[in-house]
Amino acid sequence: MATTAAPAARPLVQVDAVSHSYGRSGAAGQVLENVDLTLDENEIVGLLGRSGSGKSTLLRSIAGLIRPSEGEVRLLPDATGTPPSVSMVFQTFALFPWLTVLQNVELGLEAQRVPPAERRTRALAAIDLIGLDGFENAYPKELSGGMRQRVGLARAIVVNPSLLLMDEPFSALDVLTAETLRTDLLDLWAEGRMPIKSILIVTHNIEEAVLMCDRILVFSSNPGRVAAEIVVDLPQPRDRLDPPFRALVDDIYAQMTARPVATPSRDGTPAGTTLATALPVVSTNAMAGLIEEVDAAPFDGTASMAELADSLQLEIDELFPIAEALQLMRFADLAGGDVRLTPSSRQYASADVDQRKAIFAQALLAHVPLAQHIRRILDDRASHAAPARRFRDELEDHMSEDYADETLRAVTHWGRYAEVFAYDEDRDLFSLDNPT
Amino acid sequence: MKVASFPARAVRPFSRILRVTPPNLADLIAFVLLAGGAVMIVRGAVGVAEPLSRLSITPVALDPWNLPWYALRTTLRMFAALLASLVFTLVVATMAARSKRAEQIIVPALDILQSVPILGFLTFTVTFFMHLFPGQQLGVECAAVFAIFTSQAWNMAFSFYQSLRSVPSDLEEVSRGFGLSPMRRFLRLELPFAIPGLVWNAMMSMSGGWFFVVASEAITVGNTTVALPGIGSWLALAIQRQDARAVAWAVGAMGVLILLYDQLFFRPIVAWADRYRFEQTASAEQPGSWAYDLFRRTRLLKLLMVPLLGCGRMLMMLDRMPAARPAKRDDTTSPIGEIVWKLIVALLLVAAVWLIVDYVGRTLSWADAFTAIGYACLTLLRVIVLIAVASLIWVPIGVWIGLRPRWAERLQPVAQFLAAFPANVLFPFAVLAIVRWHLSPGIWLSPLMVLGTQWYILFNVIAGASVIPTDMREAASMFGVKGWQWWRSVALPAIFPYYVTGALTASGGSWNASIVAEAVSWGDRHLEAAGLGSYIADATVAGDYPRVALGIATMSVFVIAFNRLVWRPMYAFAERRLRLA
Repeated sequence: MATTAAPAARPLVQVDAVSHSYGRSGAAGQVLENVDLTLDENEIVGLLGRSGSGKSTLLRSIAGLIRPSEGEVRLLPDATGTPPSVSMVFQTFALFPWLTVLQNVELGLEAQRVPPAERRTRALAAIDLIGLDGFENAYPKELSGGMRQRVGLARAIVVNPSLLLMDEPFSALDVLTAETLRTDLLDLWAEGRMPIKSILIVTHNIEEAVLMCDRILVFSSNPGRVAAEIVVDLPQPRDRLDPPFRALVDDIYAQMTARPVATPSRDGTPAGTTLATALPVVSTNAMAGLIEEVDAAPFDGTASMAELADSLQLEIDELFPIAEALQLMRFADLAGGDVRLTPSSRQYASADVDQRKAIFAQALLAHVPLAQHIRRILDDRASHAAPARRFRDELEDHMSEDYADETLRAVTHWGRYAEVFAYDEDRDLFSLDNPT
Repeated sequence: MKVASFPARAVRPFSRILRVTPPNLADLIAFVLLAGGAVMIVRGAVGVAEPLSRLSITPVALDPWNLPWYALRTTLRMFAALLASLVFTLVVATMAARSKRAEQIIVPALDILQSVPILGFLTFTVTFFMHLFPGQQLGVECAAVFAIFTSQAWNMAFSFYQSLRSVPSDLEEVSRGFGLSPMRRFLRLELPFAIPGLVWNAMMSMSGGWFFVVASEAITVGNTTVALPGIGSWLALAIQRQDARAVAWAVGAMGVLILLYDQLFFRPIVAWADRYRFEQTASAEQPGSWAYDLFRRTRLLKLLMVPLLGCGRMLMMLDRMPAARPAKRDDTTSPIGEIVWKLIVALLLVAAVWLIVDYVGRTLSWADAFTAIGYACLTLLRVIVLIAVASLIWVPIGVWIGLRPRWAERLQPVAQFLAAFPANVLFPFAVLAIVRWHLSPGIWLSPLMVLGTQWYILFNVIAGASVIPTDMREAASMFGVKGWQWWRSVALPAIFPYYVTGALTASGGSWNASIVAEAVSWGDRHLEAAGLGSYIADATVAGDYPRVALGIATMSVFVIAFNRLVWRPMYAFAERRLRLA
């Protein structure tokens, strides 16, 4: 059903120029920057992006759990003047372990002071609808993950919300369970058996977004912005193997890989990392693994991200940081949804352990200014040692405490692997003496 | 789905139960137990209301037939104090968790009160409460209950506060998303989440409480001696009369008492609290309790729960706060208010310091302070040596037990029982031994300090050893890791976090126990070990308030410094490096 074609889609929620930052003000803790969004009736909208892109923050702003630092979230009243109600499904299910399934589902009704008899009828109806019959008296710990998320869903829809917010609802489930739940939800939606007028779903699974959504907003990270808006007009039910479906998935991968190169190359110079760049904690093993995978047949040095994600069973949240870390060290280029290995990484793939370390050390010192900086200071000092605190403080001038910590952990891990410097956790100290 | 329309736990309407449910055997047993409990409470309560003069008319007598009555009075004091601690916890800890300003004062205060020698305060509180109810037993009762309260409340409040602060964020978002009112949120989310921690701490508190109830029933302050009917007074009299048989009776009564309250009170509560444990997967073993199972099997007695549940419902009905769409900015307080608040706190601090210095300084000189510090060092030395010795003994034993699940299962309750048993009841035997063999009190009184507290080390080590992952043990045995290497690289690191918890509790308890352990008597023989404990005890007997205050202050400083400088860093290290994630 092509709901997007409906002529008079009434808007439910209007998000105007929302920005949000955590902790100290300023650019350091900013997670959302100037986001606009309108949610209409009868559509499923996906927020797609990586962790740190602020999509969960946006969802919580709409839920009323967070008040954004700037901008406004408006719930637009319908013809009778009542504003739309919202309800949320959580990634972690967020069930009360001391309440039974029935009591969990009744929770929202209880808060609304619905009389007990009516509460029970409505809760049982919702449990029935969502396929949990027979589990009314079970405690959450007795249920499987899929069943628990069904409880979460029943609890969310029993209060008759006009807007259902879903925060990565299927990412804590195994592949099969997630697929069943998705299909069931789409069936209920298509048959109009839920009172819900619109669904907003946060995900980092591209296929899931294409499978479910009428519209996808792709978020960029640090800070989160809407990078692209994609209308999905494939008819439901959709088939993952359908060529247009695949084409759309590839297209989204391309859009998501295109962005990081585009931003820094404003002044013509290639994408550069500075001291102030936040680094992701990516294991050198994962980087080596990806290089080997792309280097080998059938990819032979160039692979599309969509295929990689498929063959490695990685979600974009896992795949993108690795690919970007490779790009950061000039081991790979990301463009048009493809990963293309550079000569240095092809050399890396065929090298032995010590050569690999040497290649990695070279790349690290050449392309990661923070590693360079630490090494230079260690070289300059007579003691060849420097407290990590000092670098953390330096980083905190540019980024939030959490990011500074993470960045330093990333560089420590890489530096240790490359044997560029050593780190002693007990003394929180960088040094040049590697135990031999 | 019709089958399940009544949840098993729900209590049906009153009339319905009467009509449909015939009582069963479980009802009968439970009814007799409960009725007995009610009668005992009433009888005990009547005694409390009598005038003080009755105590001299019917003084405590060493007649075994009186012992159940004394035991009852002692137990009632314990539960009164527990109730007071619970109310205190719910009010104060909730305040601390809800208000930032209250938090700034309450949390450090609790932290310090947790580690301060409570026995020393007895002197002040007895005088206060006796003035509050002149000529009434109630005054002295209150003082005794207050003494127990001070040994129970702080860690319960602290645990509750920590639970409230660590409520899972997703559940909190659910309650905010649904617009649960503060009352409802408390009953539905915060209280249930905090219950397991609260129950565990209440149990620990009760264990500590027995120690203080024995010490606080027969109180001598200056010229006044009051002996409330109870096991503590019985013991004091037995010691005064040098009656070893009577002491043995007291030990037996204490054992029975602790066993009973454990089986009838705490086991059922622990079994019940298990459902509130925050975990998403069912755990392999659940704590069981025959008493709890009995009450669950009853049919008619569920009626007793009706008023309780009704209260809960009433509370929920009462609060009619509108469920508004909750969106607020991160709480920002006005800077002026903040400054004013800090000024008030600072002023109060200065005033308090001035008050103490003025009070103590009027009668005491610097020499007294140095004396107190010298004694404190002696006691410190004792605590360190004893904890080390106790560790050397109990760590290997605890590890041995912990690695054998069958033994651990059987011995863990025994260790907990021993920790609950008030060691001061056993002191007379130690004194007898010292007198008979002419031992040096300075050395041989010391073990009494850890007599009651060493068990914390044992049962924490057992707990730690029993959760060493099987794969770690298998790996160790595969590579032939044995002997000292096994201890160094497998057992000790694995139990270290648990050991620190146990040793911290044990050392805190030992400081406290020093007040009663460093100065003991048997009839007219007084044995004393030089130390801060005996310093405080002597000052108390002499009614020398400034010295008592000085002694307590010195001990507090030592305990807090010891915690900060030794245990905290060890704890942090254990958390960072040795936690088996």
